[in-house]
Order: sequence, then structure tokens, then C-alpha cells
Amino acid sequence: MEFRFSQEQQMIFDTAAAYLAQTSDSSAVRAAMVAPHGYDRAAWQRQCEEMFWQGLLVPESCDGLGLGFVEAIGLLEKMGERLACTPFISSAVVVTSALNRAASGAQQQHYFAELLAGKTATLAYQGQTRRWDASAVTAQLTTSGDGWQLDGNYALVPHGSGADYLLLAARDERGALQLALLPSATPGLTVVNQPTMDQTRPLASVSAVAVQVTAGQLLNNGQCCAQLLNELIDIAAIAVAADQVGGAQQSLNMAVDYTQERVQFGRTIASFQAIKHKAADMMLKVEAARSVLYYAACVADEWRLAEADAESLAQAAAMAKSYCSDAYYFVAGSALQLFGGVGITSEYDIQLYFKRAKSTESFYGDGSYHRERVAAQLLDSSCEVAL
Amino acid sequence: MNLRSNAADEAFRREVASWLEQHLSGEFAQLRHRGGPGDEHSFVEERKAWERELARGGWTCIGWPQSHGGRGATIEQQVIFNEEYARAGGPGRIGHIGETLMGPTLIAYGSAEQQARYLPGIREGREFWCQGYSEPSAGSDLGNVKTRAELDADSGQWRINGQKVWTSWATESDYCFVIARTQPGSVGHKGLGFFMVALDQPGVTIRPIEQLTGSAEFNEVFFDDALCSAEDLIGGPEQGWQVAMALLGFERGVSTLGQQMLFQNELDQVVAAARDNGADRDPIIRQRIADAHIGLRIMRYNSMRMLAGGEDGSLSKEAMIYKLYWSSWHRNLGNLAMDVLGAEAQLLDGDGYQLSRLQGLFLYSRADTIYGGTNQIQRNLIAERALGMPREPRG
Repeated sequence: MEFRFSQEQQMIFDTAAAYLAQTSDSSAVRAAMVAPHGYDRAAWQRQCEEMFWQGLLVPESCDGLGLGFVEAIGLLEKMGERLACTPFISSAVVVTSALNRAASGAQQQHYFAELLAGKTATLAYQGQTRRWDASAVTAQLTTSGDGWQLDGNYALVPHGSGADYLLLAARDERGALQLALLPSATPGLTVVNQPTMDQTRPLASVSAVAVQVTAGQLLNNGQCCAQLLNELIDIAAIAVAADQVGGAQQSLNMAVDYTQERVQFGRTIASFQAIKHKAADMMLKVEAARSVLYYAACVADEWRLAEADAESLAQAAAMAKSYCSDAYYFVAGSALQLFGGVGITSEYDIQLYFKRAKSTESFYGDGSYHRERVAAQLLDSSCEVAL
Repeated sequence: MNLRSNAADEAFRREVASWLEQHLSGEFAQLRHRGGPGDEHSFVEERKAWERELARGGWTCIGWPQSHGGRGATIEQQVIFNEEYARAGGPGRIGHIGETLMGPTLIAYGSAEQQARYLPGIREGREFWCQGYSEPSAGSDLGNVKTRAELDADSGQWRINGQKVWTSWATESDYCFVIARTQPGSVGHKGLGFFMVALDQPGVTIRPIEQLTGSAEFNEVFFDDALCSAEDLIGGPEQGWQVAMALLGFERGVSTLGQQMLFQNELDQVVAAARDNGADRDPIIRQRIADAHIGLRIMRYNSMRMLAGGEDGSLSKEAMIYKLYWSSWHRNLGNLAMDVLGAEAQLLDGDGYQLSRLQGLFLYSRADTIYGGTNQIQRNLIAERALGMPREPRG
């Protein structure tokens, strides 16, 4: 067991931190927040060319970097620190994982080439918005001529607006869950950007009306994808947890720095025990969140290599997402409090972290949702849970 | 970073498990799962015999270097041993203070003579140790130690006078390591010595402190012209603070993993109680049980990060949060246990103030956030040392 990063991994993260400090500073983030699709398309393209992060999880045989989830999670922490406004999770983690797992050789060749060139993709599955698994899917796939016809509505699609491809979940006439990867320009598909309270994470709604789907567009060779979809959602949850750990760390750093500068009663407010103890509690949450995140990263990587099953992945995702969600909200909220009056101005960035804490908290299931999953595993099975 | 364990470690795990399975039998079978928090004083003599049994198998002090009689076990192997020990229900260790605190301190700072005199007794489970740091006016403020040590020029022995408090295992121990003031009038961290004092002598009086659990794990130890030979001072007469702090560094070691297996046993018992009485259908209890489960798993990953360690040996951030994290978690588990049992938690089993394991957990865990540095002191340390915030003003 090796529970720390290698030198090579650390180098990737240090490089990422330096790059993001340049390209995702406060003014870049604020510009992206009001850009047409909720992110800076040109900056994404530049990042793809300069850093090639979109190829991180793409196998070397398909011209990617062939790295794993430990690298992806460490990178996502850095992105979270900088409130990166990019479709990295949707495109380079979730859809890329779907392609790794369930695409044919021909599909991989075609779609990976597109994604590596900077095209983006995102997963849309939710007809019901309070469920974070395959049971949320309401769209229908019915037989039509040689292929199928897709009808349905999808809500809360991350980085949906401007995405080049949509990975759409639907149930076929046998009730089996299918995943179809379509160009968003396919006739019958309508993507509408939805303004969000946290402007760093754009969401869209997607409607499909009589959209024609061919066999070549279905993943998993047309076999049921329900388990795959659940696994992808767990992967997304772990990726978001990484963003949360990065964001929480940065919120803590910013708050500590501010309290070291702010003078009241003739001393820096950082010298007051009420402030120090709050900061200590914040650090405890950040470090504990990081520990469970790294565990989940290892499990996700085992899943990628088919060494861990869906249940292990679900357990790791539930633990990581519940703890990291609550930790980010606690830390960002506490940080906002430590900033005092300026914390609630739009000028200071801490409010952006606070909003992102809340938006990521609910996304892919909040703390209570995931704790109930853990409780069900612990309490509702007849056999003992393995340690 | 990965979770894979190698074949050699897996073989080691099987070796430990099978040894424990074979030897926790016969006269020792009754010791399984005994001697934990709230149950410290059960089967003391039998547990000392068990320490010797462990020693015969070479299972004490496995992390010590081979040159000092240990196995030179890797961190990973020590973790495995502690996990398997707890999994097998191995009884609460009596030798742990000698093995994990005094031994490593002797190995790092003791002379060859001191090592030869004391290490075998610890390793063989013959001699047991307790810790004499805290005093009535030196709790969180350990630098305020008042116990005095004076060198008697004629006999060449140190004379120790003063009082220690919260001394675990004093009544069962043979020796106590004591920090005492060797320089009259010195204050704070200066002028302290680190002494290894025999407890079986006229100058030492031990008085158990009955706790809210009804049991007495802690004691007061009074030194009234107690004697300590000059050879039993570790380091110089003014190096006590450095030695004492180094010793506390050893405390944050692999034994925490064994502690976590005990916690797991307790959590399992809480889960079983919830399934038994239907509390597992209560959505709020379900949330809290899940939270406890996740919290314990995170404790494990914290330790794994801590043990993977920084290369420079400095205390990492995950090490700095460790005490605050586990003590708070354990205290919450005690409260959850009571809430799972509901009003029935009040009922004692039989006469006398005999607590069940979960009742003992509830009351005993209140000490966790106090001893070894209170949660408030821990927060000061985290803020000052990890976050670089200003130090507390000194009076």
C-alpha cells in the first residue's frame, strides 16, 4: 500500500497549480462566469493545446496520456482551488470514462479524436432531479426504422450549453437503460442554458423530440447500461469531491491570510482564540476530506482497471462525496464569516467559493443522500459488511 | 498512490492471524475483547501473563530494530499486526506504554547501559511502565511542572519530591518515567530532567482516582524523597523537555491503527444494538451510524497518509489533526451508543456500578477529549503550528 503521491504525480500537480494561477485567476473566472456558455471556449481550447489534460484518462493506444484517477483527482483539486470554469469533469472524466468502459473500438477512435482536439461532451440523464442514479432516467428510446427514436427531457446538465456531444440516457422498449452519444447539433435536440446561482458551474436543460439514433451511436453494443450509468455518476461524484477539497483548501488559505492582515483592537484578528479555533476546525475538515478523497481516487482507479467492482466504487463515492460536500460548505461558510463585512461583497472572491460549495454539495447527491446509501449498505444487508 | 498490498505483507497477515488464533485459547481464551476502555482492571495478572506469551512468540515490540530485540517490522507490518490483534479480540495491552513510548525513547536517547538494563524487561513482558508528566498545576500547561529532583552528593542518587496525576496504570506498573525540575527556580521548559523511577520503594505512594465510570484507570503518584539512581536519568539533567517531547512524538505512531480496530469493534456493537432494537429504522439514527462509519474509515485514511509520511520526518498536517479528530469521533460514538439504546441505556446489569461496554464507552470517551492535550489545546497547536497564526500570549 502506497498512500502518497509519486514525484511524477506531484510534478503534474505543481505544473497545474502554476498554469491555473495564470489562466484561472479572479478576473478570468469572473469573465467566464458571464461568457455565453458559462465558460471561456477559447481558453479551454488553449488549455487543451498547452496542457493536454483532456487526454489524461484517454488510453495511450488512442493517443491519450493513459493516466489514471489518482492523477485526475490531484489535478481536479488544483482546479477547485482556482474555481476553474471548464467542462473538464463532464468531458474529460465522465464521458471519457464511459468511452473507456463501453465504447467499441471504432467509437473510441472517432470520439477520442474529437475530444482530444478540444471538442467537449457531457452526460445528460436526469428526468427527475432528486435522484442521482439510473432511476432518475425518464427519456424513452423506441424502435424506428433501422434504428431508434429518442424522446424526453433532461435537467441540470453540466456544461450542456456549448457541448459538442451529448451522452444521453434513455430506456428502451424492454426497459433496458441505453446510453447514446450524439452530436448536440442532431435534429430534434434542443439545449438551453439555464442561469445559475453559482455562475462558475453552468447548467443546461436538454430536450429530445423524435431524435433519430443509430446502432453505432449506442454504447455497450446496445446492452443494458444501468450499472455503467450508476458507476459514471459515482465517478462524477468523486471528481466533484476533488473540486470540493481544492475549494475548501483555498477558502481556508484565503481566510487565514485575511485574518493575519485585518487589525482590530490593536491586534490582528488571527491572534484571537475564537478565530484560531475556527480555523483549526476548518483545517481538520479539509485534511479529513483530503484523506477520504485519496482513498476514493485509489478505488476509482481500481475500477478503471476493472480491479474494483461497482459496489466498492459506490461505497467510496458515497463516503467521499458526503464528507467532502459537508466539509466544503462548512469551510467556505466559516471563511466567509471570518472575512466579516467584506465577505459578503461581490468584490471579494470568497463568496464565489461559498456559492460553489453549495452548488457542488447538492450535485450528484448531498451529504444526507450519500450517508443513507452507506446506512443501507451497513444496516439493510443480511450479511456482515466486510471491513 | 494505491491500495494494493503485496504478497509478503499478506503472508505476514496470515502468520499473525494464525498465531493469535492458536494462542488466544486455553487459559487466554477468556481474555478476548477484555481490558478495553472502562474494563481496564479486569484480568490484570492474566493479561500480564498474556504479555509474556506474546513475547515468547516474538510479538511484542515488533517495530523495534532487530539489534534491540525487535523484528524491525515495517510500518505496514506493524499496522497489520495491530489490525489482526484487534480483529482477534486481543486483550487491552498492559505493556503498550513501555513498548510504544519508553522503549523507542530509550533506543533514541538512552545509553547502551540503560538500554541493556530496561529494554529486555519491556520486550519480554516482565516489566511495565507508566508516565509521570501531568501534575495538579501542570495539565495543559506542562511546562509548569513543580516536582523537584535533587542530586544527593553523598549517595550519588537523585531525590524526587512532588506529585504526579492522571498516571495510567501506576498501580500495575513497575516503573514510571518522570519529568522533574533539576534546577531550583527554573521555569518553563528549562531545567527539567527525565528520570526512570522504580515505583516499588518507600518514597512512592500511589492513590487511584475513581472516575465517573466507577473504575480507576488513572492515579495520583506522590514522591516523598523517592530515590532514583544517577544512571537512570536519560540525557543530561537539563534535557528532560527535549526527551519528553520526543517521547510524545513516538505516541503518534502505528498503535493508532490498533486503536481504530477497537473503535471498529465498538461501532459494530452499536450497529448490532440498533439492528436489535429497531433503532436502525430511524432515519436520524441511520444518518448518525453512517456518519460514524465514514468517520472511522476517514480516521484510517488519515493514518495511512500520516504513516506514509513526509520524507523530512516533520509533523504533517494530517498528523496534527489526528488527536482532535479521533477524540471527537470517539466521544460522539459514545453518545450515539446511548441514543441507539434509548432509555434502556440507563439500566445497569446486576449490583454495583457495573457498566456495560457501551455505557463504559459513553462515559469513558469523555476523557478522550481531555487527556493528552485537550481539544482546545489541540486547536491552538493546529492554528499556530500548521496554519502559522499568532501564538497565545503567556501570563
